[in-house]
Amino acid sequence: MGYDPANPLKDRITDIGPPHYEQFFPPVIKKNYGKWLYHEIVKPGVLKHVAESGDECYTARVACARLISGELMRDYCKIADDHCDGFLRFTTRNNVEFMVDNAAKVQPLLDALAKHGQMPVGGTGAGVTNIVHTQGWVHCHTPATDASGVVKAVMDELFPYFTSMTLPAQVRVALACCLNMCGAVHCSDIAILGVHRKPPMIDHERIGGVCEIPLAIAACPLGAIKPKTEELESGEKVKSVTVNNDKCMFCGNCYTMCPAMPLADPEGDGIAILVGGKISNRRSTPKFSKLVIPFLPNNPPRWPETVAAVKGILEVYAKDAKKYERVGEWAERIGWERFYEKCNIPFSDKSIDDYRLAYDTWRTTTQFKFTSHIK
Amino acid sequence: MPKHDTPLLDQLESGPWPSFVTDLKRQAKTKDQCWDILGQVELSYKDRVTHWKHGGIVGVFGYGGGVIGRYSDVPAKFPGVAHFHTVRVNQPSSKFYSTKCLLDVIEMWDRRGSGMFNMHGSTGDMVLLGTTTDQLEDIFWELTHNMNMDLGGSGGNLRTPSCCLGRARCEWGCYDTQAACHNITNTYQDELHRPAFPYKFKIKFSGCPNDCVAAIARSDFAVIGTWRDDIRIDQAAVAKYVSGEYVPNGGAHAGRDWGKFDIKAEVIDLCPTGCMSMEGGQLKIDNAECTRCMHCLNAMPRALRPGKDQGATILIGAKAPILEGAQIATMIVPFIKMEGEFEEMKALVEKCWDWWMEEGKNRERIGESIQRIGLPTFLKIMGVEPLPQHTKEPRSNPYVFWKDEEVEGGFDRDVKAFRQRHAM
Ligand code: HEM
Ligand code: HEM
Ligand code: HEM
Ligand code: HEM
Ligand code: SF4
Ligand code: SF4
Ligand code: SF4
Ligand code: SF4
Repeated sequence: MGYDPANPLKDRITDIGPPHYEQFFPPVIKKNYGKWLYHEIVKPGVLKHVAESGDECYTARVACARLISGELMRDYCKIADDHCDGFLRFTTRNNVEFMVDNAAKVQPLLDALAKHGQMPVGGTGAGVTNIVHTQGWVHCHTPATDASGVVKAVMDELFPYFTSMTLPAQVRVALACCLNMCGAVHCSDIAILGVHRKPPMIDHERIGGVCEIPLAIAACPLGAIKPKTEELESGEKVKSVTVNNDKCMFCGNCYTMCPAMPLADPEGDGIAILVGGKISNRRSTPKFSKLVIPFLPNNPPRWPETVAAVKGILEVYAKDAKKYERVGEWAERIGWERFYEKCNIPFSDKSIDDYRLAYDTWRTTTQFKFTSHIK
Repeated sequence: MPKHDTPLLDQLESGPWPSFVTDLKRQAKTKDQCWDILGQVELSYKDRVTHWKHGGIVGVFGYGGGVIGRYSDVPAKFPGVAHFHTVRVNQPSSKFYSTKCLLDVIEMWDRRGSGMFNMHGSTGDMVLLGTTTDQLEDIFWELTHNMNMDLGGSGGNLRTPSCCLGRARCEWGCYDTQAACHNITNTYQDELHRPAFPYKFKIKFSGCPNDCVAAIARSDFAVIGTWRDDIRIDQAAVAKYVSGEYVPNGGAHAGRDWGKFDIKAEVIDLCPTGCMSMEGGQLKIDNAECTRCMHCLNAMPRALRPGKDQGATILIGAKAPILEGAQIATMIVPFIKMEGEFEEMKALVEKCWDWWMEEGKNRERIGESIQRIGLPTFLKIMGVEPLPQHTKEPRSNPYVFWKDEEVEGGFDRDVKAFRQRHAM
């Protein structure tokens, strides 16, 4: 039995979709499905849900690097087998959740997690939970920075906020390693975004072989790429392209369509910081994150500039915001000019939008604050 | 014995957060190619650029997605990752697993891949990281035959749908997000596995306006639970919040003194519509004015519950910035029921697809197509009446695109007759 290359279509099964979710529910979840009354966070990382039946479900939320080994997953499974009837779940933000149906089972579960050493409990309520992130240098071809390493460095530093709930509201941090934003970081309280700053190089020798030139030209949102006949060192004339560097916004879309137009560069690439986005509809409507730091260098393995920037913003917010206020709501209340001042973030022409719809972000009122920026 | 020196990565082994480096080294004891991942990433840390090549087209027979080709640009140094493709496995709704299911996948991946995972990818799939082309058909065979699992989507197709855990463990799920996600995923297997769209199309299901799967920011078609009758109030529980017996906001604030819970300051005055009041010790909500922002329910979960007439709001067109700029999804249908086989929702999805497959340009997300043709035209295509709810505020320009048939007498006029009355 098994796949037979000589007869690939024999007994083939396709389009069965994912396994049915219900078989993976712990008994207390299955029994009380749709009948939950309320929840309470017992302590950081431990949730209690109470059902109409009076049944209780306790959940321990555990940090996970997302990039994980089968070996570590076996450890998760062992704990789930020992404590949780053989079930567990992963959250949208890459945490692992272990559920038990009785208060007495909580401490033994927490003890087992603590004993393991790579399973810190937290990520609930008014704190910082896991960072949603992408692949970076571990597995992608277009990144302007790494993902897993930056996340590790940032979360090591923000760890006290993972295991406590002392912030005014929850803070969602996200990372995407290029403008493609596979991780969709554009609505996060604090977003870490990999950016390029040099236009693509053009490999005239290879471009004809590996790219559809019209597609590469069409790929550029700003029309910066034009066809050009190029003379190679051999004297041979080939069809290629030229890039108007003044028009380029370093989005990498051309490289996506054409491998002969690479733009990654150790000096050119780095990180931009965006803040103030949110997804939930709570109180204010969902918001985009805004770019407040246009560039920080890639400085592996611990990206100290990025870590300091994220932590700096978080700590000013923690001190200054009112209870329930998200980062973006706080910045809007105090005014963005005050945000720059309080967070000690330099303002430059790079912080003023000049892309499409830029006018929406220019000030069109006499109402502003006299901060230290006005000399 | 380390196969490569990794002095930079080694610095990521300290600190309280789980270390992917420590974990990779552990896996490397049995899976040699994990040393080559470590070696290549170390080289990237030194060079400050990626060492993965542009992808290539690989896959399993009959599917147009689900596998992403990945090749090292330094294969001689790191032969274990010369070919290192990703396999996307469609996750079960809201990512509950039995250990049996996981252990079967782990065992298979130990034999046929690197043993490394992403739990999970940004779209929601379980991501198996790193294998070679010759393994793909065997992996697919084992997944479908032995584990009852299937591949997820990649490319210009329906991407693997995902959902919040909703009714499984949350009191606010206004419809059955997991059933909806499972049903839609299975109904549209062809759209998921055989790319025929201009570009990717993502569907995400959140049970309430808290939107825990970020549907409004990350999906072309967001289904967000809501209700249209009155918030259910338990006045006795309200009194217990006021007296301090119940901890506010589900205990989300702890370890810092915010003062005693003040229902006026923390709930009534923070309601964005100002539709709440206390009268004679009773909490009153003017439900007609409530916009269901969830603040009061989040703040007092034991006292307030969503209404009983529950369903979902449909928002369309969210996307990341490439190319025209980021978009948050636009509210299109204020309320549908999410019942039975979810017919009402499926009819809307199919209307979107029929139009977008016809009119969408190559690599244009539906949100961009809608921007291009305008919301009024899109509403017509969807068969939705224009409502004041579709806009945040009235338009401020007078450039209305009237149509010939909408203006009395039409556009065709006789310029000669005009000249007889008005000299040049
Ligand atoms: C033609 C263009 C693109 C190609 C060929 C491409 C290819 C890839 C490949 C091969 C991966 C690696 C997956 C892996 O090996 O694990 C990947 C990851 C990813 N790509 Fe792209 N990509 C392209 C454009 C984009 C764009 C425009 C976005 C987002 C807007 C995007 C978002 C992502 C994300 C989020 C991931 C990582 C997902 C995760 O780690 O969870 N990609 N892409
Ligand atoms: C050929 C082009 C593209 C490829 C191959 C590609 C591939 C991917 C991959 C592999 C992921 C990660 C999925 C996962 O592992 O969970 C992803 C996520 C994502 N991509 Fe793309 N992508 C492409 C183009 C784009 C473009 C142009 C955009 C934006 C306009 C985009 C926006 C996103 C977003 C927002 C996510 C994350 C959203 C989510 O997780 O729900 N992608 N893409
Ligand atoms: C065919 C197009 C238009 C014509 C012929 C026109 C003509 C005029 C005239 C003759 C005045 C009076 C100026 C005066 O007596 O001092 C005026 C005032 C004004 N117009 Fe227009 N206009 C046109 C379009 C617009 C548009 C499109 C806008 C704005 C979007 C606009 C904004 C204004 C404003 C703000 C004033 C000043 C009103 C005030 O005194 O408070 N106009 N326009
Ligand atoms: C297509 C657009 C427009 C056309 C065809 C147009 C045409 C004219 C014409 C023919 C006049 C002269 C009227 C006269 O005194 O005989 C005029 C005057 C004027 N227009 Fe416009 N206009 C346009 C847009 C605007 C806009 C957008 C504004 C203001 C924002 C504007 C403001 C004025 C003002 C203030 C005067 C009076 C000037 C004065 O009396 O000294 N116009 N316009
Ligand atoms: S964000 Fe960019 S670099 Fe990072 S995984 Fe996605 S496509 Fe690759
Ligand atoms: S990086 Fe973007 S803007 Fe620059 S040439 Fe390429 S596609 Fe055009
Ligand atoms: S979106 Fe709403 S229903 Fe779903 S898990 Fe979050 S709070 Fe609960
Ligand atoms: S849900 Fe929001 S708008 Fe409605 S009453 Fe509560 S706080 Fe006010």
